Amino acid sequence: MQTSGFPAVAIDGVTLNYFTPERETLALSNVSLHVAKGEFVAIVGSSGCGKSTLLTLVSGLLAPSSGSIKVDGLAVTAPSPRVGYMFQKDTLLEWRSIIDNVLIGAEFLGLDKRRARKRAEGLLTRYGLAEFMQSLPSQLSGGMRQRAALARTLCCEPDLLLLDEPFSALDYQTRLALSDEIAAILAAENKTVVLVTHDIGEAISMADRVIVMSRRPGRIKSKHRIAFPSFGDKRPSPFEARKCAEFPEYFQTIWDELDLHDVH
Amino acid sequence: MSTDATIATDRLTQTPAKPPRSPAYEHYLRSLRLRALSIQGWQIGLVAAFLIIWEVAPRNGWINPMLTSYPSAVARTFMTMLRDGTLVTHTWVTLSETVGGFGGGMLLGLICAIALWWSPYLYKVLDPFIVVLNAVPKIALVPIFYIWLGDVASIYAMAIAVSVFVTVLMLYTGFQAIDPDKIKLARLFGGSRRQILSKIVLPGSVPTIISALKVNVGLALVGVVVGEFQAAKAGLGYLITYGSQIFQMNLVMTAIVVLAAISSVLFILIQAVEATALRRHGALH
Repeated sequence: MQTSGFPAVAIDGVTLNYFTPERETLALSNVSLHVAKGEFVAIVGSSGCGKSTLLTLVSGLLAPSSGSIKVDGLAVTAPSPRVGYMFQKDTLLEWRSIIDNVLIGAEFLGLDKRRARKRAEGLLTRYGLAEFMQSLPSQLSGGMRQRAALARTLCCEPDLLLLDEPFSALDYQTRLALSDEIAAILAAENKTVVLVTHDIGEAISMADRVIVMSRRPGRIKSKHRIAFPSFGDKRPSPFEARKCAEFPEYFQTIWDELDLHDVH
Repeated sequence: MSTDATIATDRLTQTPAKPPRSPAYEHYLRSLRLRALSIQGWQIGLVAAFLIIWEVAPRNGWINPMLTSYPSAVARTFMTMLRDGTLVTHTWVTLSETVGGFGGGMLLGLICAIALWWSPYLYKVLDPFIVVLNAVPKIALVPIFYIWLGDVASIYAMAIAVSVFVTVLMLYTGFQAIDPDKIKLARLFGGSRRQILSKIVLPGSVPTIISALKVNVGLALVGVVVGEFQAAKAGLGYLITYGSQIFQMNLVMTAIVVLAAISSVLFILIQAVEATALRRHGALH
């Protein structure tokens, strides 16, 4: 394990302007956030608050107008294989079998094919998709497809995972079940995770810390450390967390901060 | 005694295979079969009626046989030309020109569409020209092509000109319709523009490419026949102009029948390609 003193993610004074012929938009204004190694941070905010944009900045696909973003102490300039990204949609390529979809990262990065294949098969077996390796995505249910997408992300062994509302395209039951599964997988692999969501319950039940963002221009409004002392020392699974006494209190606090009631 | 035995074997062979169908379901299946049969009956009947009227009307002098010929005469011409080999020669000329022009139009269209996708700036610059060129009736270019390119090359040029602009527009639109998140995925894995093209955009556009193939088969055939009207010394288009000049309607009709057959065969081939490709592509299963 690395024991360097750097935080896994360091966002300092980040501002982002973007231009269209009609107007100039200030999307993010002076955002600072540090995420420790192995920490699970959730960012909540109403739609259009720039939370997904913040993830894109951390991924290296977009550069901030000012401020700095570092991953493991190194300034982010381009996408890195150490960072994995999950989308709202599974974005599986429908003409590739599940195993070939999981291997696409290794293909792009030019990694050793045999090692990647072994790892992909291991991941798919663990996620209950062993018998679907040769199937096409259209033959799988939404939950299975999103698990395959997780396997694709983890196949390249990233240290940091960026999750952009990965459950919001699923129906409610699948969503609860899958967030439980994924939380367990990520905890077992001790990954650093930044989850972006508009679902307050999902954020509280999965994360160690919840960051609330204001409406445009996106600013960090408040940060909440989430703990469930009533459950004991161990961290509850998302499903158990929803039943803890602390859950509704966190929910009410964050709900009030989001100002969702004066949406116009 | 014997009836008992047959009933017993019946039960043995039937019951384990399928649960019995309800009379209503049997009725439904029968009505489906009847409907399919009656549709086929109408189709065959329409063709037969057309041929009979075409045969009877000129023979009884209701219409001038010089203008329409009749099926039995067309069939005789067809057989004679088949036997002396002229039909095969002319058909082969038209077919190879069509396939060549079609392939050329597809290839050129694909290359142009890739170039436009590669450089959005180039697309912005060329967009109005492509739209105008697509709208120009290409048939108007036949005499110019003949003067510039001669009797053989002008026919290929015509087939390509008729199909290439539609192909460019169709393929480019298809490339643009690829889910941007899939391209973002490739970029997150450090994919180059070339890799994005070969691993995401081209395989993702297989259904669009097939639709373009379907449209182009017909268009290329139109281009070839029109080109042959003007320029050729051989081919079915040439047979049609030649036949009408010497007032040989048998010849004209024979050429038209063969053209209809060629376009049907090409279309069926493309449909077979489409079914296989789409199944592999994951759109159907």
